[in-house]
Amino acid sequence: MISLIPRKDIPLALTVMTPIMAIAITLFVGAIIFATLGYDPLEALYQFFVAPVSRSDQIADLFVKACPLIIIASGLIFCYRANIWNIGAEGQLILGAVFSGYVALTFPGLPAWAMIPLMVIAGIFGGMLWAMIPALLKTRFNTNEILVSLMLTYVAALLIDWIVRGPWRDPMSFGFPLTKMYVDAALISRIELPGIGYLGQLHWGVVGALLLALCAWFVLDRMLVGFQVKVMGAAPRAGRFAGFSPTFVTFMVLGISGAAAGIAGMVEVSANIGQLQPEISFGYGFTAIIVAFLARLNPLAVIGAGLVVALAELGGDSAQITLGMPKVVTGVFKGILLFMLLAGETFNRFHVEIRPSRSSAAKSVEVQN
Amino acid sequence: MPAFFVDIGVGLKSFAIIKSLSMLFLSRVISFASPQLCLYPLPVDYGRWPLIATHPLEAFMKARPRLRTSKDTAKKTGAAPAGDQMPLLNASGVIKRFGDFIANDNVSFSIYEGEIHALLGENGAGKSTFVKMVYGLMQPDAGVFEWRGKPVKITGPQHARDMGIGMVFQHFSLFQALTVAENIQLALPAGESLSSLSDRVRIMSAEYGIGVDPDARIHNLSVGQQQRVEIMRCLLQDPSLLIMDEPTSVLTPQEADQLFDVLRRFSNSGVAILFISHKLDEIRALTSRATVLRRGINVGTVNTDTRSARQLAEMMVGETVADVVRKTAPADDDILLEISNLSRPRSTQFSTPLRNISLQARRGEILAIAGIAGNGQDELMEALIGEWRDANNGIMVIEGLDITHAGPTARRNAGISFVPEERNGHAAVPAMSLADNNLLTSHSLAGAVKKGIIDNNAMRQAADDVTTAFDVRLPNENPLASALSGGNLQKFVVGREIAKSPKVLIISQPTWGVDVGAAMFIRSAMLKLAAKGSAVVMISQDLEEVFMIAHRIAVLYDGHLSAAMDVTGLTAEKVGLLMGGIAASKGAEA
Repeated sequence: MISLIPRKDIPLALTVMTPIMAIAITLFVGAIIFATLGYDPLEALYQFFVAPVSRSDQIADLFVKACPLIIIASGLIFCYRANIWNIGAEGQLILGAVFSGYVALTFPGLPAWAMIPLMVIAGIFGGMLWAMIPALLKTRFNTNEILVSLMLTYVAALLIDWIVRGPWRDPMSFGFPLTKMYVDAALISRIELPGIGYLGQLHWGVVGALLLALCAWFVLDRMLVGFQVKVMGAAPRAGRFAGFSPTFVTFMVLGISGAAAGIAGMVEVSANIGQLQPEISFGYGFTAIIVAFLARLNPLAVIGAGLVVALAELGGDSAQITLGMPKVVTGVFKGILLFMLLAGETFNRFHVEIRPSRSSAAKSVEVQN
Repeated sequence: MPAFFVDIGVGLKSFAIIKSLSMLFLSRVISFASPQLCLYPLPVDYGRWPLIATHPLEAFMKARPRLRTSKDTAKKTGAAPAGDQMPLLNASGVIKRFGDFIANDNVSFSIYEGEIHALLGENGAGKSTFVKMVYGLMQPDAGVFEWRGKPVKITGPQHARDMGIGMVFQHFSLFQALTVAENIQLALPAGESLSSLSDRVRIMSAEYGIGVDPDARIHNLSVGQQQRVEIMRCLLQDPSLLIMDEPTSVLTPQEADQLFDVLRRFSNSGVAILFISHKLDEIRALTSRATVLRRGINVGTVNTDTRSARQLAEMMVGETVADVVRKTAPADDDILLEISNLSRPRSTQFSTPLRNISLQARRGEILAIAGIAGNGQDELMEALIGEWRDANNGIMVIEGLDITHAGPTARRNAGISFVPEERNGHAAVPAMSLADNNLLTSHSLAGAVKKGIIDNNAMRQAADDVTTAFDVRLPNENPLASALSGGNLQKFVVGREIAKSPKVLIISQPTWGVDVGAAMFIRSAMLKLAAKGSAVVMISQDLEEVFMIAHRIAVLYDGHLSAAMDVTGLTAEKVGLLMGGIAASKGAEA
């Protein structure tokens, strides 16, 4: 019988070593898979881990890629800490993009100092609105928020599809499902570093993402509302005993995560796309779930987890482009990486104890008799 | 001669339903419920006892030759065995470790046929670990068990049952929606029909005075009866050794006495009983020998005759035990908290409705609400905390301030503190630090939260103050609540509330599952709080505790709360009757 026993004290060295070990094992297993499939394993690993970050502008792009993941995951952590399972960040992201797009497209004459903040507020509003639906249904009718939030994602995807093909389509788009380009004031500008200039696609949204993760940490760790979220998740009965309202917490965490996803949608469109189109997110809302759990629901660790996941994405792209590796193989490799990291986490918190199974104990009795 | 109160209780439950039926039937029920009807001594008058069918006892006894009927109801049974007799079960040098923690350290122990042997020890002394090994739920790391002189390795509960070891757990494992016979059938090897099993239950019920109706549904039975179903289930497997884990913790004194009678009959018929408890008086009343465990070590096996309860307690704790001193009840009628006409409808099938509960807690007193678990304590506690509230039911006033509509936070701000029964997940969050657990009930009070930001230093300081003042022993510097032992966590959650110097402390089962030393500490802390001018409302099913510290006692039975009675001149007998619902029967007859 194999059982996992929680460790009482987790030595710091182990905490540091586990991700390193996990990556080492991933490299080893990956090398075997690549070799079996006929690729040069060293070259493949190079494309995965080194090529995407071999230049400073590529490192900057890694942060750009991680930006929406970090924003969304910072919000999702509130939900998951409270044991509320919001799976619909993708839909909330789309609504955030749509609402901020409304501001950008309807009031193109706004000055730059008002435009971006208004778009952020609109994005927050859109994301929250979409997240309030599962919250309302859960608190009123005890529906399952997993199903509701997930299904609303598809509603949101169809909504933006209709909007960009129908009412908001740019008449000059030659029939393509695109809105007008945002005015310059509605675009998030790239960061111009003194002495270096622009670095890849690095934009101010990345700074915003890091600040948001920091804020999320402060709220969750230092503020009473964060404490309410944690208590409700860990022991709902103790939460009621403390006088916290489960309804309030449900609304709050879904609101926070919806708002975060909405901001991510706004940033993604404003910084990278510049107009609304049917596809504005590449599964960021879903990938952020992985990021949140990889970070063990810790907002500060979300930054690192977001970067790791973004690296796996970019590395997969790089391997596909340079080696012609099929997408499924890169997908498998990404899966192995995440699996190893999570397994490493598990072994960090638990140690394995192997005891003789019951049947072998029974055998020893027979021997004794 | 103890009357059969529990079945009377059931009679009364059905009484409400049949009230409207004919007077003829009514009188039948009342005569059935009258205290003159006693099940003891055997043989049972089958004609008068409708639950037990007449049945040829002889046929049954032929099938089970080992169980001898005995009409001997001597107070003490199983006197210390002669030296040359072979023990039924002998354990020598048993060691069980959990990581670095040694739960059983070189425990040696023996029990003889027909002996009632107590296993005595504080919470966490290793009693449960030891019996779990005897029952095959765990394997010892070292040491030998001998069964009838032969070394055995008990591989699992099924093996233990095959050998003839039965165990009644503290927490019952009965299906509430099934009948007694169906529940028993599930535990026995397949193949026996329900009707023949029902007959066997009736016979055994009669033989040992257990009084279990095989056709009754479990959820209609009292806790005491449910326990007897568990016992019956073990007994039908014909055990030579019956292990009982804290069996009296859920019983009224009268029910406990009945249980003891039943156990004495078993032991007279040759069954050995290993009786686990920390209640010293009952151990002295029931058992002949006691093995005392302290922190996993066998402190010794003693004849219970030769030791006083205090001496046994000191063996258990390893140090002298201080008594709590209760001051006389305050003379003035300064009412701090008043609750009137609190009713609560049944929320689930198995919950108890509250019926018109009124109580007054006066300054300086401890008001105890006695009663057996499951008579509305949980529902009452939820209503008192404010987790459940209903504007149309009941009025709750503290010092003139109406808090009927207030939630837990507002009630705390009004000066009431609460300690619910369940420590893990209700009074405390197991996965959080003590500082966070302190914040749980003080987040609305001064100094805890400023502009939404938690003052972690203040919370840590407050938690440290509680651990120091209440002698909470911590396994490391900054442990999670789950790392504390039950008694220490209880001291923490009680201390956390008392440290706030509340006007009213409402506390449920304050020393449930807590060792003797900690229990005494908590009780004297409550007395000190009352002496300083607060009111304490204590919901407790531990009568010993109720009589030890309460100034007034009210009894909760089936959602009714009796009037509070002054403790002077009150007997355990009378409270026990109320706990069994007898006063209500008089009301019904009148």
